[in-house]
Order: sequence, then structure tokens, then C-alpha cells
Amino acid sequence: MAAITPRQRTGWATANFVVIALALIPVLWLVSLSFKTPTAVLDPSFVPAQWTWGNFHGILTSSQFIRPLINSIGIGLISTLIAVVLASMAAYAVARLRFPGKSVLIGMALLIAMFPLIALVTPMFTIERALGLFNTWPGLIIPYVAFGLPLGIYTLSAFFREIPWELEKAAKVDGATPFQAFIRVIAPLAAPGMVTTAILVFLACWNDFLLAISFTSTISSRTAPAAMQYFSGGSVFTVPTGPIAAAAVVITIPIIIFVLFFQRRIVAGLTSGAVKG
Amino acid sequence: MSTNTQTVTAGAPAEAPPRRKPQLSEGARAERRLGFMLIAPAVIVMIAVTAYPVVYAIYLSLERYNLALPNATKFIGFGNYGAVLSSPYWWHALEVTLIITVFSVAITLVLGMLLAFVLHRTIFGRGLVRTTSLIPYGIVTVAAAYSWQYAWTPSQGYLSSIFNNSAPLTDQVKAIIVIIIAEIWKTTPFMALLLLAGLSLVPEDLQKAAKVDGATAWQRFTRITLPLMKPAILVALLFRTLDSFRIFDNIYILTQGSNGTGSVSILGYDNLFNALNLGIGSTISILIFICVAIIAFLFIKGFGTAAPGTDIGKR
Repeated sequence: MAAITPRQRTGWATANFVVIALALIPVLWLVSLSFKTPTAVLDPSFVPAQWTWGNFHGILTSSQFIRPLINSIGIGLISTLIAVVLASMAAYAVARLRFPGKSVLIGMALLIAMFPLIALVTPMFTIERALGLFNTWPGLIIPYVAFGLPLGIYTLSAFFREIPWELEKAAKVDGATPFQAFIRVIAPLAAPGMVTTAILVFLACWNDFLLAISFTSTISSRTAPAAMQYFSGGSVFTVPTGPIAAAAVVITIPIIIFVLFFQRRIVAGLTSGAVKG
Repeated sequence: MSTNTQTVTAGAPAEAPPRRKPQLSEGARAERRLGFMLIAPAVIVMIAVTAYPVVYAIYLSLERYNLALPNATKFIGFGNYGAVLSSPYWWHALEVTLIITVFSVAITLVLGMLLAFVLHRTIFGRGLVRTTSLIPYGIVTVAAAYSWQYAWTPSQGYLSSIFNNSAPLTDQVKAIIVIIIAEIWKTTPFMALLLLAGLSLVPEDLQKAAKVDGATAWQRFTRITLPLMKPAILVALLFRTLDSFRIFDNIYILTQGSNGTGSVSILGYDNLFNALNLGIGSTISILIFICVAIIAFLFIKGFGTAAPGTDIGKR
């Protein structure tokens, strides 16, 4: 590794360039479409000839997008909060306590992580209609929490195992109950792992489409990914390409910035439980 | 010290096998109680949202139940299963799903391995490449699907114009290829990350020793890297296969399942929301669940002891 030949340098530069280009082109295409004027949408060139903020202005002043965006953020944050709290409790038990049925819990979490969502849609649709949860925030939050939990338990128990045991013992010697030891000693140490888990769970909620279109019927609870297909163009004959592209950019760019900012944490989280051992 | 606390062991302490500790200490018992209390909320939510609906779906699948014809609701045993399993729609959707799964997972594995190597070995710009390659993972699937759809729309998309204004989304085979491309683009980073974690477990010394002994790069890859990465590869494959089998978002946006491009998830969705047929919809749900169970079972048999979770379970 000491001496890098020019050939190696060119080779790696090419490889890097290919990776970056492949990752970025579909995103840049969306950005390009979102800045094209309604007439120029029918121009296949990659860079818009004329730039306009019109599409963004259109969707950001329309309740057809703003309301679903608020739903997405609200439902995502609430689901994430609940899932991380419940998963932390369970993961603490898995990582630190001795009790029977632990492998059953892990097995169950794993099963649910692989669960075919569509198999849930028909029965949940019926149940939610009977309970009045259909087309409400809780109607989406409850399944999101359930599907965030396996991911959370998995990631967090991996993180929790890295926390030094002795501190907890010391707290117990000092007279803390196991619960106090959890809240006062372990939880602050576990905060980084919990942030990572929260990011992963939030991304999963933000990304969901199947449950969002199945359990909602109006913009009062429809999330942004599910709302985009209901956009209309300027007239009946205009395809709403520009508004949809702009909406896609709006829901994508914050997430991309987020992912770039928390890159290390996300990588650590995604690979923590899965591969070691 | 109350005697009527939940007994977690099967038998009374007197009947317990002698090699076990005859009696749990108060501390151990408190630990158990706390353990059960801490996992209880998570377990209740997971069971309420998955196990219960699945059981309920089994019940619904045995009924003739159409929301459009509520008075015709009737218990018909396995009639729905007969109807679905003898329907060409089901078998076609299953075939499409399996084709998409096999091709996208196989290609993602190869590309993910290449990407993992680049991320692991590249001699400069590593941070930039790692960060950028995460973008497809972070992007909302639906947003990415729209990007692909517009790119392949004739007289509108850059990809369509490069390929002589073709309209691949109106043709079954080409549309499935576009769907597979969209899947691969979205999921390769995740695959690469899981593989990268496995790759970083391969000791550098071993590679160097093999190099000194005259092993070629290919020999080092197949004889050292691959065997050591086997657990990581199997975990990544299992996750990706089951994830790909439930493909819905990309197809829904790209083709709506038209021209024979629908997956089993699309079929289940259509039966519920377009045909309003809860009985048939539930039957399809149960059949998909069985398929996923079979795939998981085959993989875990292949895993042997390296099944994910065993490392957590045995500590």
C-alpha cells in the first residue's frame, strides 16, 4: 500500500466516479424535472433549458401536499419515539438481564422483520375499519411502531452489549434499583445507539408506501409518498410531472442531507446486529 | 418475597431437575420480573399487529366476503384457496415476483460486492464515496420510482431518448427489466454495507500471507475472502430475498402491475382495494405468508449455526 502507481490512481478514480455518478444521476434527474417549466417537461434533455420555481411554489401552497407532509412528519416522529422507547426497554432486557424466553423474543423480532407487509394489509384493513382507526394517525402509527420494534430491538441490543457492565453494578452497589440503574446509568451511555436506531426507524416510516395507501383515504392522514399520485396538473390534459418531481425532491432532499450528516451512525446501525459473530 | 409472584419455571422448585439451582435467589427473581416487564410492551405491540391479524386473515380466508356484496358473506372452507390456486393470475404474479427476486438479488449481490470492495479499498475519496453511495438507500422508494418512470417515458425522459424514444414500460419483459433496475439501484448500497461489515472482518495478515505464497487476487478472493464472508453474505441474501419478494412500491408507480408485471403483493392489493374482496385478499395474504416462511426456512437450513440472532440468543 506504500507506493501508489499512477495506474492504480486512475483505476480507483474511475471506480469512485462510476459509483458517485450511478448514485446521483436518478436524483439529479428528479431535481431537473422539478425545475422544468410545464411545457418543457416534454423535453428529454437532462438540464432544463429554462429554470422555474413554479412547481415548488405550486405544491408548497397546496394543502394537497402540505397536509400530507405534516402527516408524514408527525406520524414518523411519534412512531419513532414510541418504537425507540419500547425497543430500548426490550433491548436492555435482552442484553443485560437473565430471563427465559429471550431467544423466543429474538426469533419473533426476526420473523416480524421479514414479515410480508401485504399479508397484513387485508386483515388490518378490516380491523382498523371496525375499530375506527382507518384513515387516522394512530391507524398508521400502530403498525409503524410494530415494524420499527424488531429493527430497534436488534440494533439496540447490539449497542447495549458494548456498554460496560461494571457501571451498572456500581450503581446497584450504591443502592440503585435495577430500574434506576437503567434510567440513570445505562440510558445516557446508550444515547448514541438510540439516536442511530431512531434514524433507522424514522427512515423506514418515512419511506413506507404500502401501508400509507392502504390505511388512509383522505389527506387528513395520508402521508406524502402516498399523496403524490393524487396530484393534478394545471389542467385535465397536463400530466403533473413537474409537481410530482418537486414533491419527490422535497421529501427526498432533507432525507439525503440527513443521511449524509449521520452517515457513520447509519452504517454502524445497519451493520451492528446483522453480521458480528 | 411474596409466594404468588408469576412462576416462570414449569414445575415447582421441588420437582426441578437437581442440576439446576434448587431455588432462584431473590435477585435473580427480581431480574426475571424486570426482564418480562421490560419486554412486555414490545411483545404485546408486535403480537397485536402481526400475529393477531394473521390469525384473523386465516379466518377471513375461509369466508366468501366481498365488501360490495356484504349479504353474500358465508363460510366456504377452502373454497377461496381453490379459487386462487387454480387461477392463472396467482401463478403469473408468483412467477413475476420470483423472476424479479432472483434477478435483482443476484445482480445486487454482485454489484454490492463490487461496491463493498470499492468502499473498503479505494485509496482516496473514501468518505465521499461512502457517503454518496448511501443516497439510494436513503431516498424514498416512491420518489426514486417516479424518477425511473419519467426517465423511461417517451419524448420526455433522458433514458428513453437515449434508447431511440423507446417505451419499455408498456412492454412486459422490458418493464420487468426496468423494475429490476430500479430495485437494484435502490438496494445495492444496503447490500454493500452488510458485505462491507463482513469484509472488514477478513484479517489483512491472511491476505498478505497468501500474497507472499503466490496466490493470485482471484484465488485470494475465492479461497480466503469468500469463505470468511460467508455468514455476512448469507445474512445479506436472506434480508434482500425476503425484502425483494414483497416488492410493491416500484411496480405500483412504474406500471401499476399492467401488462403482466404485477407481483403477488400487487395482486393482493388489487383484490382488496379494486375488487373489495376480503376473502380472496386474505387468501392471497396467507399464501404470501407461506411463501415467505418457506424461503426463510430454506435459508435458515442453509445457514446452519450462522443464523442471525443466534449470537444474541446465546449470550
